[in-house]
Amino acid sequence: MNDMSPDGYTTPDGRQIGGVMMEVKNITLRFGGVVAIKDISFDIREGEIRAIIGPNGAGKSSMLNVINGFYHPQEGEVWFNGAKRKAMKPHAIAKQGIARTFQNIALFKGMSTLDNIMTGRFTKMNAGFWSQCLWKGKAEQEEIENREYVEKIIDFLEIQAIRKTPVGRLPYGLQKRVELGRALAAEPKLLLLDEPMAGMNVEEKEDMSRFILDVNDEFGTTIALIEHDMGVVMDISDRVVVMDYGRKIGDGTPDVVRADPAVIDAYLGVAHD
Amino acid sequence: MFYREAGDFKTTYAADQQTFPILFDRRTYYIVLAIALGVMPFVVTDYITNAILLPFLIYAIAAIGLNILTGYCGQVSLGTGGFMAVGAYATYKLMTGFPDLNIAIIVVLSGFITAGVGVLFGLPSLRIKGFYLAVATLAAQFFLVWMFNKVSWFYNYSASGQINAPERTMLGQPVTGAETEPWVAYLFCLAFLIVLAVIARNLTRGRIGRSWMAIRDMDIAAEIIGVNPLWSKLSAFAVSSFFVGVSGSLFFAVYLGAVEVGEAFGIQKSFLVLFMIIIGGLGSIFGSLAGAAFMVLLPVVLKLVMVDSLGWPTDLAAHFNFIVVGALIVAFLIFEPHGLAQLWRIAKEKLRLWPFPH
Repeated sequence: MNDMSPDGYTTPDGRQIGGVMMEVKNITLRFGGVVAIKDISFDIREGEIRAIIGPNGAGKSSMLNVINGFYHPQEGEVWFNGAKRKAMKPHAIAKQGIARTFQNIALFKGMSTLDNIMTGRFTKMNAGFWSQCLWKGKAEQEEIENREYVEKIIDFLEIQAIRKTPVGRLPYGLQKRVELGRALAAEPKLLLLDEPMAGMNVEEKEDMSRFILDVNDEFGTTIALIEHDMGVVMDISDRVVVMDYGRKIGDGTPDVVRADPAVIDAYLGVAHD
Repeated sequence: MFYREAGDFKTTYAADQQTFPILFDRRTYYIVLAIALGVMPFVVTDYITNAILLPFLIYAIAAIGLNILTGYCGQVSLGTGGFMAVGAYATYKLMTGFPDLNIAIIVVLSGFITAGVGVLFGLPSLRIKGFYLAVATLAAQFFLVWMFNKVSWFYNYSASGQINAPERTMLGQPVTGAETEPWVAYLFCLAFLIVLAVIARNLTRGRIGRSWMAIRDMDIAAEIIGVNPLWSKLSAFAVSSFFVGVSGSLFFAVYLGAVEVGEAFGIQKSFLVLFMIIIGGLGSIFGSLAGAAFMVLLPVVLKLVMVDSLGWPTDLAAHFNFIVVGALIVAFLIFEPHGLAQLWRIAKEKLRLWPFPH
């Protein structure tokens, strides 16, 4: 699939994938003497579900942290929407339309589900300080408009019943779902999911897979996800990047990656004879 | 049975987002407000005003301020006393420098000056957290008190080193100075508390309040959502210091009238306000009011019971106050970190189901 046109391609199930939205070029990230990521390049196309897989410690989460600006790589470039991105703070990158969830749930524990997702709308609100003091004018109007959008997400994720529950009290699977809701609330162009199904049972994984596919389908959101469940990855993703020891060892459609000898070696080990 | 929201349906998001979404709560609030504004001014005596009402109103403003910073934004501060001193000295300088300026405007201006100082001392919070920040604010506390003692410009070079509030009137009634009627002082402070409490509530339920709580609960996630930690933390310091500054201003001008900085705004004051929000409830406006009321009433009640009724010596009652407060702080931190406000919430949940346990 490396010969695909720059304007996009059509997936086997007939979805149209657009041009390159995000491209990382020759990224190298070091922590002191430890090389977490070494010379990695890949692209993410508009409308795509792109998976990053690899054994533990391969540098997958570090890669996401580079994409959303939490780590600044020593070498390499990040291109987003056709322009080279300068080193910027994560909150500025959020404004560009990149949202994410975390491997270990990073919800605001003291706040309700509704408030958590409303906080996800932060970049969409801009009422002035005095208006907020008085809860009049723009601030009040903005709260209601954004509440309407948040309610759509609550409906979409089927979490109406826990709207006012403090998220600390929710079970794990629901917390993961609320976290997805919070990321969706920002209406991201690119959504990064760090192990959205870790620690879930089969039913919860099925639910989460459905939500991911629906997000991609209904909102048209481009998704990059890290996941360990190969069944899920091969099933829902359009293209897969395989990492091992900070290097890229494979890239392509699930079928290509599955048949790649380097990938098989990394996952199953190499026979030393 | 007594308290329930059944049948209280909401058909708009505006109705769901108001401060008191439940009709019963809303009615109670208006009744309390009506009594505070319509009845109390006619019945207050000198003793009640000076022993209970004024300290409660003024500490409540400080407690709301500290709660915004510590309870909502998660930045521990031990500099409350120092910031109250900034409010007080700003008021003194403005009162003596601009004798024609209205006292209400002076109090608000003092708040803004304190907000500026608060932002300055809030800068370390961008780098350090938790205990270390607490120590940095502690430095602010001692530095500010030292400065107001040392630099005689702040007390207009008076020989005693004290500051005294000259008489200022509002609508023809003296608000500061010895001639002030108790009901005027009460209404003046009450007006500030009501306006500031409403503003605090509006800020904390809106966008800026959510950004504070996001920083408190998970600062990394907050940043990735688009919250600028610099802006969020400094705005919390500014708003919080504004409240504390107004409280210090009222404490000096309306309540005490004359102030010696180390005595009135020492480290004990910082701890007193911190205890108010721990006992009242971190992250709750109602908790700030409850905590302030509790800490103001406790010594009064103890004195009433132990000295006036039982005839025990006064210092015994005063020491007993320390024991009770200390024990309560420990108990609340262990059993109910969210304080009286959370107890009240639990009581309401239980009342909703009463007489059934589930």
